[in-house]
Amino acid sequence: MTTFLIYLVLILGIVALVQLVRVSEISNFLNGDDGIIVTDKETNSLRYGLVIFILGYFAFYAWLVVRFWDLLLPPAASVHGESIDLMLNINMVVITIVFVITHLILAYFVFKYAKTKNKKAEFSTHNDKLELLWTAAPTVVLAALIIYGINTWNEAMRSTPEDSINIELYARQFDWTARYAGEDNILGKANFRMINGTNSLGIINSNSIDNRLSAYDVKIADLEASRQDVFPNGVNDEEIVKKINLKKKHRGYVEQLKENSKNEDYSVADDDILVKVEFHIPVNKPVNFQIRSQDVIHSAYMPHFRAQMNAVPGMMTQFYFTPTVTTAEMRSKLGNPEFNYLLYCNKICGTAHYNMQMNIVVESEADYQKWLSEQPKYYTAEK
Amino acid sequence: MSSHKEPFITKYLFSYDHKMISRQFLLTGTAMAFIGMGMSLLFRLQLSSPGESFWILNFILGDKWAPGGVLDPNMYMSLVTIHGTIMVFFLLTAGLSGTFANLLIPLQIGARDMASGMLNMLSYWFFFGSSVVMICSLFVEAGPASGGWTVYPPLSALPQAMPGSGLGMTLWLVSMSLFIVSSLLGGLNYIVTIINLRTKGMKMTRLPLSIWALFLTAILGVLSFPVLFAAALLLIFDRTFGTSFYLSDIFVAGEALDRTGGSPLLYHHLFWFLGHPEVYIILLPALGLTSEIISCNARKPIFGYRAMIGSLLAIGFLSFIVWGHHMYMSGMNPFLGDVFTFTTLLIAIPSAVKVFNYLSTLWKGRIHFTVAMMFAIAMVSTFISGGVTGIILADAALDINLHDTYFVVAHFHIVMGLSAVMAMFAGVYHWFPKMWGRMMNKKLGYIHFWVTFTCAYGVFFPQHIQGLAGLPRRYYSYSEFPMFEGVADISQIVTAFAIVGGLIQFLFLFNLIYSMFRGPKAPQNPWKSNTLEWTTPVEHVHGNWRGELPVVHRWPYDYSNPDHEEDYVPQTVPLLEGEVGDH
Repeated sequence: MTTFLIYLVLILGIVALVQLVRVSEISNFLNGDDGIIVTDKETNSLRYGLVIFILGYFAFYAWLVVRFWDLLLPPAASVHGESIDLMLNINMVVITIVFVITHLILAYFVFKYAKTKNKKAEFSTHNDKLELLWTAAPTVVLAALIIYGINTWNEAMRSTPEDSINIELYARQFDWTARYAGEDNILGKANFRMINGTNSLGIINSNSIDNRLSAYDVKIADLEASRQDVFPNGVNDEEIVKKINLKKKHRGYVEQLKENSKNEDYSVADDDILVKVEFHIPVNKPVNFQIRSQDVIHSAYMPHFRAQMNAVPGMMTQFYFTPTVTTAEMRSKLGNPEFNYLLYCNKICGTAHYNMQMNIVVESEADYQKWLSEQPKYYTAEK
Repeated sequence: MSSHKEPFITKYLFSYDHKMISRQFLLTGTAMAFIGMGMSLLFRLQLSSPGESFWILNFILGDKWAPGGVLDPNMYMSLVTIHGTIMVFFLLTAGLSGTFANLLIPLQIGARDMASGMLNMLSYWFFFGSSVVMICSLFVEAGPASGGWTVYPPLSALPQAMPGSGLGMTLWLVSMSLFIVSSLLGGLNYIVTIINLRTKGMKMTRLPLSIWALFLTAILGVLSFPVLFAAALLLIFDRTFGTSFYLSDIFVAGEALDRTGGSPLLYHHLFWFLGHPEVYIILLPALGLTSEIISCNARKPIFGYRAMIGSLLAIGFLSFIVWGHHMYMSGMNPFLGDVFTFTTLLIAIPSAVKVFNYLSTLWKGRIHFTVAMMFAIAMVSTFISGGVTGIILADAALDINLHDTYFVVAHFHIVMGLSAVMAMFAGVYHWFPKMWGRMMNKKLGYIHFWVTFTCAYGVFFPQHIQGLAGLPRRYYSYSEFPMFEGVADISQIVTAFAIVGGLIQFLFLFNLIYSMFRGPKAPQNPWKSNTLEWTTPVEHVHGNWRGELPVVHRWPYDYSNPDHEEDYVPQTVPLLEGEVGDH
C-alpha cells in the first residue's frame, strides 16, 4: 500500500510540475520573455547571485577550517615529518592565494561585464606579452615547488641509517603483526610455503624447515593409512590420493627451499619477536619498517609520523622514520589521555579493510627495552 | 536527400546518423549516471551514520545486502566500486565524449556525417552492451566487483580474497572489454573524420576549440585504452588460466597458491598508463566545450586561441608521462617519485594558461547569463578549486600522508565530478536545441544550476579536511577509531548536501524529457553562434546540409568584430575587402 501511494504521489507530482511549467511558459511569453533571451531582471539577479556565491564559498571554506581545526592531525611526530609539514603549509598558502585571487577576478568580471550598455564586447584576441607573463610566472613558481618537493621526498626516502632498528610489519587479511629482529637486529628469513597454523608469518629458523618436512610426513602417512578404511578404488579413495599428491607436491616445495638455501644461516630468526595488537618503538631512534603482505595489497599508514607504504605480496617494501614525540608527551600536548598513535591499513584489501589497525607506543629507550624484554621470543614460543 | 518514411528501427535504434547516435549516447550515459549517483547516495547514508539502520537501504538492496537496514560491508565496497566505474567510464567518457564528439564533429567541421557511420553505430551498441553487462553484474549471488574501480590484483584476481572478486569481477571485465571496443571504434572514427572530412576553407587553425579538444581526446584514447585492455586481459588470464602475471608468494584462504614470479606492480603501471590519460580524456572535451560556450555567451573571441590549442597539446602530451603519481606509495623505486613529481607539476602550467584565458575572455565581454553560461562559469570555478589541490597531491612527499585519503577523493571529485560534469551540463543546455530542435526550460535550468553548484561544493569541499585528518577512503566505517570521532559531523554535512544535490538532478531529468517533447521550438541560431552546426536545418536531415556543403572563410570567434554590424559573424560569411579571417 505504501509503495503504491509513493508511486501515486510521484506521478501526480510530475503531472503538477508539467502544468506549472506550461503555465510559466505562457506567462513569460506574455511578459516578452521568449524563453531564449536572458532578461535584464534575470541578468541582475544572476550576477549578484554569482558574487554572493563566491563570497559564500570563501566563508564556507573559512568556517570549515575553523570548525574542524581540531580534527586535523597534530604536528608531525617524526624528523622527516616536520619537513613535510612545512612543505604542506607552504603549498597550501600558495594554492590558497591562487584560489582566492582567481575567484575574485572571476566574480569581478562576471559582475562588471554582464550584458552592459555597449552594443558589443571588446574584440581582443590575444596579447603576447601578457600571455608570456602568465606562462612564465606559474613556471617559475612550479619550478620552485618542484625542486622543494623533490628535495623533501629524497629526504624521506634516503637510504636507511646504519643504526636503524629493523621491524617487519606483516599485513594480512585482516590484521598486522610486528616482528622485531632481536639482539642481532637482523630479521629472519621467511617464505610463504612455510605458513601454517603456528607459523603464520612463514618464518624460517634453525629448525622450522625440518619441522615442516616432518609435519608433512606425518600428514602424508596419516592419509595413506586412512586409505585402508575406505572402499578400495572407490570415489573416496581417489579423493584421498589427490590429497596425498597435493601434500607431496607442497612438501616438495619445502624440500626445494631447503636445497636452494643450504648456506643460509637461519638462526638469525631464532631471536625474532612477534607482537600483535600493539607495538612499541623508542623515541629519537630511526626505525626501519620492512613491510610484507601475505595475500593482497595492504598499506601501512602511520599518519602521525607522516609515513605510508604499500604492503605488496611477493616483494618487501621499506619505510623508515625517527619518532620525536613519545605517546605520553603527545597525550599531554593534546590534552587527551586516551590518545594513541596508530598503524592502519590504507589500501582496499577486502571486507574488513576498515578495521585493520595496531596501536603504536613511542616511549623512552629504557621503557622500550623493558617492554621488549617482556615479549616472548618467537623461537621459544614455537617450541 | 530522400524524404521517404524511415522505419523506426533504422531511424531510432540502429541509426548511422551521428546526430541520432549522439542522443543515444547522451540518454544511455544519463541513465547510467543516475544509477551511479543513486549508489553514492546509498553508501553515503552508511558513511554519515555508521552502523545505523535505514529503511531505504533495505527497500532497495533487500535483506541479503542490507539486513535490518544496515549496509553489508561487501555491498558497500561493491557500491563504491561500481559507482566509480560508472561515473568515470560510462558517464564522463562515453556520456561526455560520445555525445559531443558525435554531435559536433561532423557539424562543426562541415561534413555530411562521420567517416564511417557503421563503426559509429557499433560504437554506440558496444557501449550499450557494456552498460547492460555492468548492470547485470549487480545481481550475481556473491555480489558485484568490489575491489574499488581500480580493481588491483591480487584482491581482484582471487575470488577467495573477496566475494565480489568472483563472477561479479568477471562480468566487470567483460563489460570493460566491450566498453574499450566502443571507445576505440569511436576514437578512430573521430580522428579520421577530423583529418579527412573538413569542408573547404576549414583549416586546422579555423577549427573551434571543441573540435581540437575532441580530436586530441580521441588520440589520447586510441593510445591509452589498449593498455587498459592489456591489463584486463592479463587479469583475465590470472583469474581463469592459472597464470601469474600479477601474483607471487600468496597465502590466502588457508592455502599457499602455486603462483609465483608475478608482480602486482605490473598491473599498477598498465592500469595507470591508461588511468591518467583517462582523466584527461574526461577533462579535455569539458575544456573544449567550455571554450565554445564562454566565447559565444561573452560575445567575445576566446582569448588566446593559439595558446589554447597549444595548452591542449601540452596537456595531452604531458598526460602520458605522469601516471606514476598514482603510484607514489606503491613500493616502486623511490627515484620514480622524483620523476613523476617533476612531470606532474609541469601539467599545472598549461592548465593555468587555460584558466587565465577563460578569465580574459570574460574581461570586457558582454556576458549573457544563459543556463549554459552559468554552468560554464561553474566549470571554471571548480576547475580552479580542484586543480590547485592537484598541486599538493603531485608532490610525492605530500602524497605520503594524503595518498588514499579523502583529500584525494575531494580532489578528483572536484575536477571530474564537478568540473567535467558542469561542462557536460553546459553542453547539454547549449546544444539541446541542435539535438532536439527545441529549447530547454530556462527557469528550471537556473534552479537546477544554483542547487547543483551549491550542493556540489557542499559535498566535496569538506572532504579535504577529512583527508588532512588522515581518514582513509573506501572505509565502510570509521567508528572503530577514536581519532575519527569528529568525522561523523563532517560526514553528515556531506551526506545532506549529497542528498539534496542528487534529488535536484531529477529536475534536470524532467526538464530534459519535457523539453524533448513540449519545449518551445528552437530558432535557427538561438545563441547567435558562429560555428557551422547552427547553419543546418533545425529539423534533422541526413547529410546535415540540404544543398552544398558550407564554405568557411574565417575562424570561429568573430564575436563583436568591429568591422561588422552584428555582434557575431558565422564562419560561412565571406571576408570583407581587406579583412583578415584568422587570428
